[in-house]
Amino acid sequence: MKKDIILAGVGGQGILTIATIIAQTALKAGLNVRQPEVHGMSQRGGAVEAHLRLSSGQIFSDLIAPGTADLIISVEPMEALRHLDSLSPTGIIISNAKPIINIPDYPEVEKIIAAIEAIKGSKVIDADKIAADLGNPRSMNIVLLGAAAPFLGFDPSLLEATIASLFERKGQAVVDANLKAFHAVI
Amino acid sequence: MPLASHIHLFSSDGGSRHGNDGVPPSGGGKASAVISNKILVCKMKKILLGDEAYAQGVLDAGLSGCYAYPGTPSTEIMEYVQNSKLAAERNIHREWSSNEKTAMEEALGVSYAGKRAIVCMKHVGLNVAGDGFVNSAVTGTNGGLLVTVADDPSMHSSQNEQDSRFYAQFAMIPCIEPSSQQECYDLAKYAFELSEKNEIPVLIRLTTRLSHSRSNIETADAPSDMNALHAPSNPRRFVLLPAIAKSNVKKLCEKQADFAKLSEESPFNKLTDGADTSLGIVATGIAYNYVMEAFGGNCPYPILKISQYPLPKKQLSTLLNECDKIMVVEEGAPFVESQLRGPLEDPRIMGRLTGHLPRTGELNPYLVAKAFNLKVAEPPAIPDLVKVRPPRLCDGCPHVSTYNALKEAIGKFADPRVFGDIGCYTLGALPPFQAISSCVDMGASVTMAKGAADAGIHPSVAVIGDSTFTHSGMTGILDAVWENANITVMILDNGTTGMTGGQTSIGAGRLETICVGLGVNPDHVKVITPLPQKHAENVETITAELQYEGLSVIVARRECIQTLRRKK
Repeated sequence: MKKDIILAGVGGQGILTIATIIAQTALKAGLNVRQPEVHGMSQRGGAVEAHLRLSSGQIFSDLIAPGTADLIISVEPMEALRHLDSLSPTGIIISNAKPIINIPDYPEVEKIIAAIEAIKGSKVIDADKIAADLGNPRSMNIVLLGAAAPFLGFDPSLLEATIASLFERKGQAVVDANLKAFHAVI
Repeated sequence: MPLASHIHLFSSDGGSRHGNDGVPPSGGGKASAVISNKILVCKMKKILLGDEAYAQGVLDAGLSGCYAYPGTPSTEIMEYVQNSKLAAERNIHREWSSNEKTAMEEALGVSYAGKRAIVCMKHVGLNVAGDGFVNSAVTGTNGGLLVTVADDPSMHSSQNEQDSRFYAQFAMIPCIEPSSQQECYDLAKYAFELSEKNEIPVLIRLTTRLSHSRSNIETADAPSDMNALHAPSNPRRFVLLPAIAKSNVKKLCEKQADFAKLSEESPFNKLTDGADTSLGIVATGIAYNYVMEAFGGNCPYPILKISQYPLPKKQLSTLLNECDKIMVVEEGAPFVESQLRGPLEDPRIMGRLTGHLPRTGELNPYLVAKAFNLKVAEPPAIPDLVKVRPPRLCDGCPHVSTYNALKEAIGKFADPRVFGDIGCYTLGALPPFQAISSCVDMGASVTMAKGAADAGIHPSVAVIGDSTFTHSGMTGILDAVWENANITVMILDNGTTGMTGGQTSIGAGRLETICVGLGVNPDHVKVITPLPQKHAENVETITAELQYEGLSVIVARRECIQTLRRKK
């Protein structure tokens, strides 16, 4: 088993939370993990990315080679397309629909979403709206994780225990809210 | 035995295994786990950044002191030690220093006292620490001393991409360049022993894609005991008077053959045979991973992985004799390649200098596969729809109000110049502010502004953050005080080292006292609050100080919006 995943978004959107949950779960499932991420200058409202490589065999490179990623998970639609050069011909994108417009020349959102949906098997979901409707807007990234869960290469239900332990310190209500968010579009 | 193979959640809880997993054993039921005051802990898996794996390694190897100034991509080493329960239990030193030079010398002091120390910095920090670093090779060490430098090829968060292996060669000391997070952990004990046996500091070279990449690693055994205080052999060797220095430098030269032999015997250097000797490969540090990735784990050519320097001559000689040509793959400068090519440019040696790999920037599996003419997936094009999204100052950042006021104030003068420095406020160079003319190195705002004023520029303004000011700005102020230079220094005091994520800033909150203490006229030391509602008042204060012929300091003080949010 081998999965190469790109996580994308804008600084502060919480892509590393998604990466952490997947990586910790993969470790429990006995897989090897590599996860290079962006720290420092780029975090300040700029584009951010993490690579996540999971494999039952040895992983050599930390970085995913261009044109070979199986999956792009993006919490922002334009950021999903920024990593299109990473995607393999059979790869798919799971993206949030809500744009973060903090630059003057942000393109038309409809065109971006159409470009993502043109890639076979890809999905755009309004994770912000789904999370808000569930009464927990901050669980947007967990909604998106749920949408991506069937494509990670291991049993999606394994993610539940990791989510529960991640939010344990914040109380059972927060754990339940996040599990609900996880199941919203799985 | 209470523990079997154990999996840990959430690696950010640095060092948690020591606190949670049976240390210290208090109940009689766990007494069987104690043998000779050491705790047996079975192998366990964790997901750690390269920086964190290294930090866990040095903690487990009996570290007594960690010294550092924050700098991407090295910052997480100290942060991990600060969060470690073992470090707290053992009272390991783990406070930030004013700059890399003070950190380097403090760590050398720990080594002098016989204990194990690390000093951590980003690559350009080694320029700051350079004096103490080079001379520490001449004094030699007592307790193990690892000078830990994280290089930033491709300059993700840096002003240059200098390669610290040159510094190790320059100082004539061994250098270890791990290729994986597991090696980051494993090298610590080995490197401390190398340092102590040879009485020499060891440079540990990390690079961005290792420092900032997570991997599952196995940590084993109980932490080693810390060294007891003990005097150095021949304590006079730390007194670098010319007579002693001459003798020390001679001894250092004599050790070089030993260091080369240690590289030949190092567990981190490995020559692997290959059936096809039309080509041989030298791959250093994480570049080795890219080569193995490119060949899918089965490299047909002989390959020498190098992670310890000076170069292992024996293995290199075997490879060069066996193979028709050599491809050198390195993350960073063509350090090994240029040594192998020599001044006569041996045409058998290929790499960055021959265009097989790019001359600058970090490597990746695609570039490396291309160098070997392997078939690679061609990346799809990124649509034109995608626009650049540069980093920017946060909403509510105090620097925004400071720049707005400064821009209006300098707009009243014909040819103003603002010299910038290293920190979040460097983003003032980008739209919408485009407010600064330079960004060179820590502290250069003050001294370049003074030089420009010396040459006749007015108004000449320096913009520097609180942490950068205490790192390297204060000595420039002394120069300016001595000559009453006609400059205005704006110190942006947000109470933290913001760019690297909010570490301690040693002088924050008392910068006006420091400036007066350095001799700045108290009448021209002003404090403003950078808030939108104070804009007019702030413009007035800044304008008045720009008009004053002499040295002024304006401290713009408001807490970083990020650290403020975290407190809530």
